[in-house]
Amino acid sequence: MKALCWTGVNETAVEEVDDPRILNDRDVILRVRASTTCGSDLHLLGGYIPLMQRGDVLGHEFMGEVVEVGKAVEKHRVGDRVVVSSFISCGQCWYCQHELYSLCDNGNPNPAVTEAMWGSSVGGCFAYSHALGGFAGSHAEYIRVPFADVGAFSVPDGVSDVAAVFASDAASTGWTGADLAGIAPDDTVAVWGAGAVGQMAARAAMLLGAGQVVVIDRLPERLQQARQFIGADTLDYTSTNLVAELKERTGGRGPDVCIEAVGMEAHGTGPQYWYDQVKQQLRLQTDRPTALREAIYACRKGGSVFVLGVFGLLVDKFPLGSLMNKSLTVRGAQMHGQRYIPRILDHIAAGDLSTEHLATHPMPLDDGPRGYEMFKNKEDGCVRVVFQPGS
Amino acid sequence: MSAQGQISEPVPGQSTFSGRGWRLGAGAIGGLVAGAGLLVARRFRHDGSDEEPETANRWHVVTVNRSPDEVMPDGTPPPALRALGDLVEVEVRPAQQARGTELRARVRQPEPGTAKSVLERLGGTDPRQAVRAALREDKQLIEVGEVLRLEPIPHGDRGHTPGGKLVETVTKRAGGEGLL
Repeated sequence: MKALCWTGVNETAVEEVDDPRILNDRDVILRVRASTTCGSDLHLLGGYIPLMQRGDVLGHEFMGEVVEVGKAVEKHRVGDRVVVSSFISCGQCWYCQHELYSLCDNGNPNPAVTEAMWGSSVGGCFAYSHALGGFAGSHAEYIRVPFADVGAFSVPDGVSDVAAVFASDAASTGWTGADLAGIAPDDTVAVWGAGAVGQMAARAAMLLGAGQVVVIDRLPERLQQARQFIGADTLDYTSTNLVAELKERTGGRGPDVCIEAVGMEAHGTGPQYWYDQVKQQLRLQTDRPTALREAIYACRKGGSVFVLGVFGLLVDKFPLGSLMNKSLTVRGAQMHGQRYIPRILDHIAAGDLSTEHLATHPMPLDDGPRGYEMFKNKEDGCVRVVFQPGS
Repeated sequence: MSAQGQISEPVPGQSTFSGRGWRLGAGAIGGLVAGAGLLVARRFRHDGSDEEPETANRWHVVTVNRSPDEVMPDGTPPPALRALGDLVEVEVRPAQQARGTELRARVRQPEPGTAKSVLERLGGTDPRQAVRAALREDKQLIEVGEVLRLEPIPHGDRGHTPGGKLVETVTKRAGGEGLL
């Protein structure tokens, strides 16, 4: 089959690879109908997460049609149209049974890598380096899905492939952040990042009862989407004093909940941004926490900060004094997709969650390298490229 | 290795192992219900001894989301640990807060020193690697019923780069390494 492979730092290529096979009784094989680029892929592409191997198939956010089922699969049949959580979770361990699916004990066959880096291993993830299992990705004609009864969900009639694909990761990541941040009714929520995950976090915050939601970015086309399709207020941090603006909008207090949906390659303004860039490029820190610092600084006393963007390991100049003295609650998570995908599909079907607008650049898989170039450089207002290899 | 189990300190009203199977009294059932969430410090050894082992090696432990009698029925270690024979000592104890069962194993023989350990770990012959891998495998077998397989992975041209070789080596050893 054809697949889009990582071939080196900032290099990808479409190659012929072996078809996937059923390896465990709980597996299904999907014919991929839609698979999208994710901002976190750029960390792999750029070599910031080094445990990639030449030839690894990219893509972790996808949906498709079941073409083969393992003998222990009960929920799915050949022909089902399903969307799949990007994290691979067994459904049986203590973490899965407490709906903390990304922390699954049994989904990552290479646990020692993340144990060494983070103190404990977390679940596996499709195509997210050999640290998270080394599973082949979805930018391919077919993909193997382990634990399919746990991680694959039937797409309702009336929900298109392109609308459903974002339930796989972007929307469920956004929901994870908004839900676990502890939003109370009428709270003001600020979201750093107007990419797909930030937009989904903002919409989830509204549906969970927030009174005012502000999305922060520098890219006008993304801010426009956040206003038009999400219904959020927006701020361009390059044209205003962000903290002063947020204080003014919140009676001088600051947002009750701040969600950081940017991650390790944050942009910013001023010397702080260049300091972070230099340190990261020299590998003196692995991540650029520019947006996270702002979120902590802007948050009201006693408020909540949620780290939703992907971070790898170490950051510098972390504002611990602000965090401690303002009595903030800081929490983070990868996505617990299995917990949120059913309700996200219901929201999409009911028309109160827009996702299709995120797919600004549908493309055939053969154009994968060009797609990643556009996505990385945000050319032509690119928010997400969606490959449709099997349609 | 004996396949028989025995509790080290019998406690009235709780489950015991008699040598041929678990015996649950009415008081034990009540105790299990009422005592859920408490750490019970009794240990169930597979080797039939109450004595402290001859070595003081560190225990490697996984918590299995099942009851002790599902993890080590009749005092018999689960298959991957059983396959290690006399290399390891194995025991189970209830985990705190209804989190299941702590499955513990440690190497009987003296562990290699730091320098030797580095060489043995690189060569994949440090006995602790086998213990860690067995614990993880048994946890999956008990919780899920099978071990998640990865190979063969569909992939493009590997190119045999030095970085790729390093990743291969790291992942080949990943099941036997870590903090367990």
